[in-house]
Amino acid sequence: MPFTSLIAPASPLNAQQVQDLQKLVSQLNPIQQAWVSGYLAAAAQLASGGSTASVASAPQQAAVLTILYASQTGNAKGVAAKIKAAAEAQGVAVQLQDIASYKTNALAKEKFLIIVTSTYGEGEPPESAVSFHKFLFGKKAPKLPELQYAVLGLGDTSYEFFCKTAVDFDEQLAALGAKRLFARADLDVDYADAAASWQQGALDVFSPLLKAAGAGSAQVIAWPGSTATAGSHSPYDKQHPATAELSANQKITARNSTKDVRHIEISLADTGLTYQPGDALGVFFDNDPALVDAVLQATGTSGDTEVSLGGQTLTLRDALQRELELTQSYPSFVEKYAAATGNSELQQLVADKTALRAYLAERQTADVILQHPAQLQAQALVDCLRKVQPRLYSIASSQAEVGEEVHLTVGVVRFDAFGQTHLGGASGFLAERLEEGGKLRVFVEHNDNFRLPDHDTPVIMIGPGTGIAPFRAFLQERDNAGATGQNWLFFGNPHFTRDFLYQVELQDYLKRGVLSKLDVAFSRDQAQKVYVQDKLKAKGAEVWSWLQQGAHLYICGDGNRMAKDVHQALLDIAAEHGGLSAEAATDYFEQLRESKRYQKDVY
Amino acid sequence: MSQYPINPELQVQGALSDNERLKAESHHLRGTITTDLKDEITGGFTGDNFLLVRFHGMYQQDDRDLRAERAEQKLEPLHNVMLRARMPGGIIKPEQWLAIDKFASEKTLYGSIRLTTRQTFQFHGVFKPNIKPMHQMLHSIGIDSIATAGDVNRNVLCTSNPVESVLHQQAYEWAVKISEHLLPKTRAYAEIWLDEEKVETTETEPVLGDTYLPRKFKTTVVIPPHNDIDVHANDLNFVAIAENGQLVGFNVLVGGGLAMTHGDKGTYPRRAEDFGFIGLEHVLKVAEHVVTVQRDYGDRVNRKNAKTKYTIDRIGVDTFKQEVEKRVGVQFQPSRPYTFTHRGDRFGWVEGIDGKHHLTLFIENGRLLDYPGKPLKTGVSEIAKIHKGDFRMTANQNLIIAGVAAEDKAQIEAIARAHGLIEDTVTEQRKNSMACVSLPTCPLAMAEAERYLPTLVTHVEGILVKHGVADDHIILRVVGCPNGCGRAMLAEAGLVGRGPGKYNLYLGGNTAGTRIPKLYLDNVAEAEILAALDTLIGRWALERHAGECFGDFVIRVGVVAEVKVSKTDFHA
Repeated sequence: MPFTSLIAPASPLNAQQVQDLQKLVSQLNPIQQAWVSGYLAAAAQLASGGSTASVASAPQQAAVLTILYASQTGNAKGVAAKIKAAAEAQGVAVQLQDIASYKTNALAKEKFLIIVTSTYGEGEPPESAVSFHKFLFGKKAPKLPELQYAVLGLGDTSYEFFCKTAVDFDEQLAALGAKRLFARADLDVDYADAAASWQQGALDVFSPLLKAAGAGSAQVIAWPGSTATAGSHSPYDKQHPATAELSANQKITARNSTKDVRHIEISLADTGLTYQPGDALGVFFDNDPALVDAVLQATGTSGDTEVSLGGQTLTLRDALQRELELTQSYPSFVEKYAAATGNSELQQLVADKTALRAYLAERQTADVILQHPAQLQAQALVDCLRKVQPRLYSIASSQAEVGEEVHLTVGVVRFDAFGQTHLGGASGFLAERLEEGGKLRVFVEHNDNFRLPDHDTPVIMIGPGTGIAPFRAFLQERDNAGATGQNWLFFGNPHFTRDFLYQVELQDYLKRGVLSKLDVAFSRDQAQKVYVQDKLKAKGAEVWSWLQQGAHLYICGDGNRMAKDVHQALLDIAAEHGGLSAEAATDYFEQLRESKRYQKDVY
Repeated sequence: MSQYPINPELQVQGALSDNERLKAESHHLRGTITTDLKDEITGGFTGDNFLLVRFHGMYQQDDRDLRAERAEQKLEPLHNVMLRARMPGGIIKPEQWLAIDKFASEKTLYGSIRLTTRQTFQFHGVFKPNIKPMHQMLHSIGIDSIATAGDVNRNVLCTSNPVESVLHQQAYEWAVKISEHLLPKTRAYAEIWLDEEKVETTETEPVLGDTYLPRKFKTTVVIPPHNDIDVHANDLNFVAIAENGQLVGFNVLVGGGLAMTHGDKGTYPRRAEDFGFIGLEHVLKVAEHVVTVQRDYGDRVNRKNAKTKYTIDRIGVDTFKQEVEKRVGVQFQPSRPYTFTHRGDRFGWVEGIDGKHHLTLFIENGRLLDYPGKPLKTGVSEIAKIHKGDFRMTANQNLIIAGVAAEDKAQIEAIARAHGLIEDTVTEQRKNSMACVSLPTCPLAMAEAERYLPTLVTHVEGILVKHGVADDHIILRVVGCPNGCGRAMLAEAGLVGRGPGKYNLYLGGNTAGTRIPKLYLDNVAEAEILAALDTLIGRWALERHAGECFGDFVIRVGVVAEVKVSKTDFHA
């Protein structure tokens, strides 16, 4: 660890502690350093209530040669497999992977890497490598001072951009600070012999280094995930949000989907903000400037007029755009606005609470203004509106996996009404208005009522729609911790081909055994609608058996209907497979809830 | 194990290709397909099943236009299957047509019926939950898709010749019999797709063998002088020999095939060899033993050299032929004379010798779909509702409304015209141009074919007009990869995809389809292709002999050398 990070603003150490630590570390050889790191990790784990078992069972890391292949026709894959076999024959641990399924955020941790790649068409990467290529040449590409690598290209000299992708990877890895251990070869259609000799040459260089590194790091105890940060206190909260940066905004429902769900990545670099799986992220947002303009026009006010808000003076435009609620509608606004404007229609509506609720269910705050324009003083308008509240999103990532990033799974609120497209305040801001690289204010809302159990305990996760978010965090956490407890996820959405959120990631977890079971309910793919609760009941015997074995149960997502239907399904399962009376079943889940084995994050 | 003595010196020794392992371990093509069908997490098939479903007539594909977009969306590729039906001779009844039309509309991603060069139809874009219902629907109307892909004998073609109805009927019946005789005997298809009971039998595959054939195998029955099915694209061909309008036997041509691999000079398109004449009584045995000889001597080590054409070049024509004769127990007689004169379909109405009328419709790219202003697919289904004869899919991807009584002609033609199925303005050039499916569904495609063909033909039409030969045509074929589906390697001008927007241009096939063209331009874009065609068509218009086709011309004046023996000439 470079010492600069010890004195970074996020460091919990004071100056004297930094000095002492620097002094100690300078006297240690690498093996001693590694031992100390393991000792401290274990101590921190114990201090924060972790079990000794998890420390003892933390995986020992040996040096691994990662081999990635980017194959269009299977040739690169075949060559990569041969390199793997040869390396393993020399006693080297190898991880062979299709570059398509490689997690790019693991790259910064790699020490030894060989890439075998073909090139497609006019010098483009093969389809499987498009994402990796983009990552390597993108803004998020990490510095790679630790990485030692070699690249092998397969191509066809009759194409103008022969082996272009290999050249790209080779040069870009070097540009990112990685060390080229063995010179790249660009091989033609008849590559077999040349590939074999390149393989031999490369392994002659890699093997001794890998073996040496393996011996050196074998004592290192893996840092036990984000549990080490469990007790840390963030200087940020709702009142003092951190300024972070939007680093990715990716739609993860297919074209033709009726849903627009975004995978949002936010960089927390330099904020020191930390979180745990189960936490939520509070997001402040700016209102749509067009909406602000429309409100100004409807009320005959000028954006330049100064108004006072919470003891501060600012322009009306700033107040409307940054500080006041214009989307989420609420009754007290209608009351105040009716009074301020003297609008009799609204005044009547305010008197009838049921009608008012129905009225507001179809409208955003701004709709009320736009449909009832009135000349107002700027300050009077401000006084009608309440301060905007940040929106909370269940965090969809674990820092053990993503480091100084936080991921969200955001369902974009979008509907047409009154001849206009309406966007949700925060979801519209994240999905449509904030550009990648743009700043936003965030804070972490800790949620100790939605926490993973210890590493050995099985968990059942029920998260249809965007309810999958915290379970993505759970899976990342358990994957990185090497947790042995079984993981069972129930997911649902309208259509398999369009709405299977994080499908590729979940398939990978399933393949690698991180997910023990995955059951899906795509409600609209057949005449009879099927929901997660139906899938849960269909697997009732097994669900009950897991619960008897101590499984923890989690529900995330829609609280109005889904969570209730799932709860009913659980009661039915207890009755059918546990032989419990209705009352006993209710008690059973109440006890689970009290012992924190039944946790919900619903909205 | 073969039931015949094997000469190991004629076999290719070495580690078998992985496809051989998967066939051997598949329990006669069952694999774990039924398990995959229940897997709700992926729309695709896993492991060996990905290849095994081909033996059941399906290819796993995905929409390649969406592949990168879906990867960004963290969604798997839009996996689906393409199904190719088994329709020997391409004859389909109206009630069958209405059923497949309905399925295509309601249960496929693209909503189309694709007529193909294998004289059958394909569904494109069938998602996993619809696969079993699809097979059950087909079964209910007497259609299956057994062995239309994979290392087996595929759909057997038969010249579409409704005019000589007696001869055609006899030839067609042989196509059906050969298809049935060479089918896999495994009950895997019935068990997996039709839910038929598992019968405990010790299954064997006496003809195909327990590891099936080394590679795909294609068979035709052809009625000269028409060569619509392109004999030289096929492993095994029965050339109908008639006396007084009655079929008396076949000349047998073996070892044609068009597939090759870019950059691999050990692969090449090759014409079939004439083994000689046989009487009707030996047809099934000869078919069986051309297959068993290829089964026993084909290359199972290197799949790129596994087809019959390479077996013949490796062990020799005479050795191959003698082994067939030994196994059948008869000698081939000297070939009977025949000639091929043309390959295109005869569009419009023709009257058969039985007094029935037949309407051949030009279907561009074979794609039946309701296009804006041209509801082709609806048009054919409207005809199917009233038609009393049958439909015949041609090997040129067109459709014949066959067996129409004189009094029904007007009504059928009116429907066809109302739906854009007959357009009097379509040029001879367009009618003689063909493309394979390619992008976005074919996983092998390197360049556009079907979606590019209409534009390319318009350019070539312009060139023909410019040089004053607007009514002439060249046989033009475009394929997305070098695997041969669109038979570009028997075209006068064949484009074979190399990469996005790039093709190899081959010249020098002939109208009868008896000559392999040769490489003229390597890996070039449209501008270079059109410039070359402009120059050469210009010269052809001025310098050709009377009746000389474009392919003959470019060879006579030395633009390309003639490919006489593929193994030595094609890459020379």
